[in-house]
Amino acid sequence: MTKTYPKASRPSLDDVSVSIEKGDFVFFIGPSGSGKSSIVKLMLHEIKPNKGKVFVNGKEISSMRSWKIPSFRRSIGCVFQDFRLLPNKTAYENVAFALEVIGKSKAVARRVVPEVLELVGLGGKEHRYPHELSGGEQQRVAVARAFVNRPLILLADEPTGNLDPDTSIEIMRLLDRINRTGTTVVMVTHDSNIVNQMRRRVIEIEGGRIVRDQARGVYG
Amino acid sequence: MRAKYVLAEVLVGLWRNVTMTVAMIITMIVSLTMLGASLLMYLQVDEMKAHYYEQVEVSIYLDKDITEDKIAAIKAQLDSDPLVKRDGVIYEDQAKAYENFKEQFRDTPDLVAAIGPTELPASFRVSLNDPQQFEQINTKYAGLDGVDNVVDQQKLLQKIFDILGSIQTMSLVVAGAMGIAALLLVANTIQVAAYSKRREVAVMKLVGASNWFIQAPFVLEAVFAAVLGSILAYGMLVIGKIVLIDNKLAALTDLLLPVSWGNVNLMLPILAGIGSIVSAVTAWVTLRFYIRV
Repeated sequence: MTKTYPKASRPSLDDVSVSIEKGDFVFFIGPSGSGKSSIVKLMLHEIKPNKGKVFVNGKEISSMRSWKIPSFRRSIGCVFQDFRLLPNKTAYENVAFALEVIGKSKAVARRVVPEVLELVGLGGKEHRYPHELSGGEQQRVAVARAFVNRPLILLADEPTGNLDPDTSIEIMRLLDRINRTGTTVVMVTHDSNIVNQMRRRVIEIEGGRIVRDQARGVYG
Repeated sequence: MRAKYVLAEVLVGLWRNVTMTVAMIITMIVSLTMLGASLLMYLQVDEMKAHYYEQVEVSIYLDKDITEDKIAAIKAQLDSDPLVKRDGVIYEDQAKAYENFKEQFRDTPDLVAAIGPTELPASFRVSLNDPQQFEQINTKYAGLDGVDNVVDQQKLLQKIFDILGSIQTMSLVVAGAMGIAALLLVANTIQVAAYSKRREVAVMKLVGASNWFIQAPFVLEAVFAAVLGSILAYGMLVIGKIVLIDNKLAALTDLLLPVSWGNVNLMLPILAGIGSIVSAVTAWVTLRFYIRV
């Protein structure tokens, strides 16, 4: 699969072929501009490949009709470096908002939101606003929001980019726990510490090509 | 639950840029009032045409020295003419013409005093089956011996209709110009609203909220403003009817038929419908460009 952005002289991803099994935990690593973030965008159908196909959850999404995308995205959870929480909503409301806007009732939210906040270790802090939480706690809220709908895949684009090493490790433990429930986790990072510690599958991208795909890899 | 969420979003959204909302509603009021007024005028001109053409007559003025025989001959010809309505011929002799004249100008006695009873011509008032066929009557009778000239009242009416028509065109042009301004304001308001909620929109897209759910609050904001605008525009039309048509111009209702309440009330659903559909489409198109999915 190849992706070239308009006005770019060379493709961002050049004839890349990769498959990830259900339940995997995969790191995409590589320097800035290597094309690893494009993989997340392709999997979310935020961008389309110029050549080749993208399959997610057994469906070919590269040619998916635009009106089908919303329901497709409900099967994917997303976490980003900048958390993307709503500042005027509490932790509880942030997670509940994600349920409400896909049509779940308030009763469902009341049942599952405290559960998932407990799971990410935020029990007792449900009614704090993002600015009253630390970076790590904010990222936990974001993970809770991504996971509350029990997605098949969790995409994490540099989730530890804004966090100190200790907090990063805690977030990784959380993602590991989520992975153990059967959720596929795809994480883009350039945090060598974490990759080395987790010893999971590592796919290294450089200049738009895969240069390494290792089952229990290190950042190296 | 979802309806409540969407409604709350609409009200918050409108309140957030209240100046823009007010500007949007005012331009909508003006453009919809103009549109309503020109539609009313259109209906009115149609009714008036039907009403007056029903009554329109052709006057055939006779020479003053015409003989009784000739009058009888012309009357016979008119009575048997297929263009003329049955029993549609009225003869007005000089004495009757003088009576009518005195009656019509009783407010200006000088004028009445200046005209003697024998100075006005006798005439036939002729109603036609089809008022448009005046020319045929004219060519048939204008040249007859004893006929002075043939006058078509329709020509006079035509001038009035022409004036009404140009007023109507003018108000349509103004309605169009204001309509475009209103559309641009709707587009701008929706963009501002979408920008102020960009975080929410980004999260909604991320977690897979359906497109209509993301767009509905914005579209409804525009529709709400349009409905409010059309109700106020209807109010303007009602005030216009009471103050202008029924009071200030009441003297003219002999000439201009009064505007009926039925027609005025008809404008409310029409304006609300046109206003909301147009602004909903504008909002939706704006969002297609602004919130790419």
